[in-house]
Amino acid sequence: MTRRTPNARLQVLAGLAALSLAAACGGGSGSGDGGDKGDGASANVPGITATTVTIGAHYPLTGPAAPGYSEIGPAAEAMYKYINENGGVNGRSIEFKYKDDGYNPANTVDVVKQLVLQDKVFAIVGGLGTPTHSKVTNYLNNQRVPDLFVASGARLWDQPDKHPYTTGWQPDYLIEGKILGKYVKDNFAGKKVGYLYQNDDFGKDGVEGLDSQLDAASVVDKQPYETSQLSQPTGIAPQLSALKAKGAEVVVTFTIPAATAVALLTNAKIGYKPQMVVTNVGSDPTTLTGLLGKFSKGAVGAQLLDGIISDSYLPLTSDAADPWISLFKKVHDKYIPNLPFDGNVEYGMAQAITFAQVLNGAGKNPTRQSLMESLEKGGFKGPGVTPLRFSKDSHAGFTGVRITKLDGKGGARFLQEAQVTTDEPSGAIENAPSDAQGKPGDDPFTK
Amino acid sequence: MDRFLSVTISGLSGGMIYAAVALSLVLIWRATRVVNFAQGAMAMFTTYLAFTVLEHGGSYWVAFPIALLTGLVLGAFVERVLVRPVENGPPLNAVVVTLGVFIFLQGLAGLLFGGRFRSFPAPFSNKNYNLGNVSTVSPFEIFIVLSVALVAALLFALFQYTDVGLRMRAAAFSGEVARMLGVRVGRMLTLGWALAAVAGSLAGILVAPSVFLHPNNMDGVFVFGFTAAVIGGLDSPVGAIVGGLGLGVLLSYVASYAGGDLQTLSALAVLVFILMVKPNGLFSTTATRRV
Amino acid sequence: MADKPVEELAHADLADGNNVQATTPSPVVGPSLSRRGPLQYTLVRHLGLAVLGGLALLLLTSSVSAYRDFQIANVGYYVVAVAGLTVLTGLNGQISLGHGALMMVGAYTAALLLQREDPLPVTLVLVLCVVTAAAVGALVGAAAARLRGPYLAGATLAFAVGLPGLTSHYSGRLGGDNGLSVSTGPPPESLGFDFPGERWQAWITLSAALITLLLLANLSTSRVGRTFRAVRDDEVSAELAGIHVARTQVLAFVVSAACAGLAGGLLAVVSGQATPGAFSVALSLSILAGAVLGGLGSLAGAVYGAVALVALPSFSSSTSDRFDLGTDVKSNLPLLVYGALLVVVMLAAPQGLQGGVRRLLGLFKGRTPSPVRNDSGTDVSVSTPER
Repeated sequence: MTRRTPNARLQVLAGLAALSLAAACGGGSGSGDGGDKGDGASANVPGITATTVTIGAHYPLTGPAAPGYSEIGPAAEAMYKYINENGGVNGRSIEFKYKDDGYNPANTVDVVKQLVLQDKVFAIVGGLGTPTHSKVTNYLNNQRVPDLFVASGARLWDQPDKHPYTTGWQPDYLIEGKILGKYVKDNFAGKKVGYLYQNDDFGKDGVEGLDSQLDAASVVDKQPYETSQLSQPTGIAPQLSALKAKGAEVVVTFTIPAATAVALLTNAKIGYKPQMVVTNVGSDPTTLTGLLGKFSKGAVGAQLLDGIISDSYLPLTSDAADPWISLFKKVHDKYIPNLPFDGNVEYGMAQAITFAQVLNGAGKNPTRQSLMESLEKGGFKGPGVTPLRFSKDSHAGFTGVRITKLDGKGGARFLQEAQVTTDEPSGAIENAPSDAQGKPGDDPFTK
Repeated sequence: MDRFLSVTISGLSGGMIYAAVALSLVLIWRATRVVNFAQGAMAMFTTYLAFTVLEHGGSYWVAFPIALLTGLVLGAFVERVLVRPVENGPPLNAVVVTLGVFIFLQGLAGLLFGGRFRSFPAPFSNKNYNLGNVSTVSPFEIFIVLSVALVAALLFALFQYTDVGLRMRAAAFSGEVARMLGVRVGRMLTLGWALAAVAGSLAGILVAPSVFLHPNNMDGVFVFGFTAAVIGGLDSPVGAIVGGLGLGVLLSYVASYAGGDLQTLSALAVLVFILMVKPNGLFSTTATRRV
Repeated sequence: MADKPVEELAHADLADGNNVQATTPSPVVGPSLSRRGPLQYTLVRHLGLAVLGGLALLLLTSSVSAYRDFQIANVGYYVVAVAGLTVLTGLNGQISLGHGALMMVGAYTAALLLQREDPLPVTLVLVLCVVTAAAVGALVGAAAARLRGPYLAGATLAFAVGLPGLTSHYSGRLGGDNGLSVSTGPPPESLGFDFPGERWQAWITLSAALITLLLLANLSTSRVGRTFRAVRDDEVSAELAGIHVARTQVLAFVVSAACAGLAGGLLAVVSGQATPGAFSVALSLSILAGAVLGGLGSLAGAVYGAVALVALPSFSSSTSDRFDLGTDVKSNLPLLVYGALLVVVMLAAPQGLQGGVRRLLGLFKGRTPSPVRNDSGTDVSVSTPER
């Protein structure tokens, strides 16, 4: 019995020593990494040196949620590089550090703490995901770290009282649901409507928006699906069979792109041809065309997209004549030519432009406080086709969307004027002001 | 009725894919008493290789055998080089090695091919035939069922009726005895893994048109394939097929009539129920007493 | 063998793994051992070690950056989880691929309790995490006791995959995919206004880890620990020796689940959440990997394994950050390196890191190492006898 002890003790001590060593070594190398402590005027502001502004973000770069979303970080980084080449913002170049959280909220907390504590970022810009980012908003606000443009359409980010440093960017899913719902009501009157939605906040907020516009009597079925179904061979066929059995003639979906594609393929399989109305989140034509099969020799493919109704708050990537799109394409071809030029890339780039504008407004020597003041001053005009709503009382982003129609060749076009609405189910839907959009070159860094 | 039929059929064709995964796990278990957690990732990887062939203009009928052949080689490689050294060690070491291979292959696939979803073609149309007004089954689904059935039948024939099959069974049943009888046991075990990986790769290439191709595309299929193998009994290839089909139909019914959120819970419930009645699966013959 | 005095057999059992299969399992001799008093002695020694360890960690956590403290806090709950699993798998021979789900039980317990208007003190919440997870563990364990090997692996894996589905089904209460946010408030004011929250979190998880290790160390040298091992080594002999095999297995599962529940509660406190995405199958698999990497059945190994679980991914991602690589390469290289390291460690050190350390210590002390293991490859060999 007693023979066990000398070694056991040594082993535990050795374990502790190893722990200390690992931490100490790591600590040494880590503090070397985060050595952005410049001197000069803003020496006391984390992430700001005389020549640089360091910001950070988290995205799923690996794992099941990575496809698509993993393009946003590189795209934003490409735009920052372009901005830096044009002289940066107020003479400072923007350094963008983005990290992989694998869409695991525990990892999100880890990488965000790493960005804040070790890399000493000035702000978090564009952190992605509702389940993930909602776990760091308290921390970032307690630390007074600006937490701009959360890449999610949940309604959680617009709480200036509780989270003064957090803001949204894209229109929330309720707004989108309302505008889509109104379009369906106005244009498909008398048809039986069915919903297909993701069984989480994204889908449920969208459904709430739809329900606020559509007559309950016209909605024949609401089918939720789980993302886990998408990784099984049966997919979401059960949901679409049900919608078909209920006789829905218009199917409105709050689906991610993979789910939209699976739904379209399933419809073709079971011979179901409803009018599809698809959320902006799941309707990027480039992504869908890729998913629907370039090999299938005409059996199915991009023509499944023909006639789909959707919406957008940014210019359409297929519209090569649009000045923003040609800027984005130029940046894409120069810095990230290996990525597809799709909605995710556009998203990252457009967000980067808004951030540069906010930073620009924060003055020659920006502080975290002046950045938030600049944001709350509002009035930013960029690629968006509807206004951004930033003010003292609102940290929501885009106020509306514009209805689009997809063609069968991987493109889309706008159908009617852009519309705006509030994020209350009862708020009215109105046409957006015609001067909501800016032009490239309005700011020195987008020339 | 229309709906019930189509739900049943898509459950059966999905179940065939679980069956193929389960079959590969059973073959590996029988050969080396290892649960190969890398099986899904291996299948994902060989599907990417087939995808590369297609991208370079190769036909599906070139890519298809390439997926199976590279599966064969990959299976043999993993057994011979990575699992063999730990095969006689603690059983969990082999499990951790296969977990390592699983993570490694996902990283490698992401590194080589990028993380985005890729469309993967089906060799036949996936439009259902209509029987009167009733939408029934698609040519691709028939292909899934037939190709898995064919591979299973070939494997069965190989094991039951050929000399090499007998050697493999002997090597798996008792390595020592087989060795004394002149069987090259190591080689037989490698062959067992290789053949098993072929079944896995078949599942990979058959499921890719439905779940798309990306580094994690086999995760969910693997879990249910493993579940099917456990339900059927890890020693029984027949059990793998029956388990796969049963699970496929069950999951399809649950998603249709109870809700998608109950799919995984129902799989758990069925598994637990079956194991409480038959602790070694439905078709087990031997009682295992190992850790 | 049969005519040896029982006490001698007990020594043989602990001192020499080779004899484990041959000896009569030892619980019958438990009382005679405690009469001589070494058990109390063990307790005191373990306590001393824990205090020493605590002091070392106090120094460590006070001298590193806040982010390192946060990583250490993560190591703390991994130690608890891995140590719990190593008792189940290493000592008792039951595999579990479902410990991530048991951690989830703990995390949701913590989140639900801490969400209330007037939350309970954290210590009490953590105790309740242990209680609920132990209760769930008793259920799982009762089912598990009927299953062996891969069937147990399959059932626990299905548990790990299935349980997160509950959060979606009861999304009103459990928050669906978004889960629940947890706030534990700032460190106590007595520590000073500037005291870093991360260090406070590290203290919480490390204290829990030390207490867990202390209790498990005593458990494994106690009569109960010996019955665990006896059941692992040979169920039939254990049964013949009067051990209730199924009951022992359920007990091992309960102990292990209690640890997982505590670890889950700590995770909830440290990362401020209970979310299904944080308790995926990947977590269950990495806890098992941690236990095997560290050296199955050894508590010191559990510490190494937990350190490895935090350090390896962090190391591989900071390494790949250092190079200017393409996006796909940069994002996936850490995964690739982590996978390769798992394989390499298993090939190079089949007994896990702990086995490697033991060999080194053996060299250091001028002894021949004793590479002894039994079927299940667990830490039964202790050391060659002195004198």
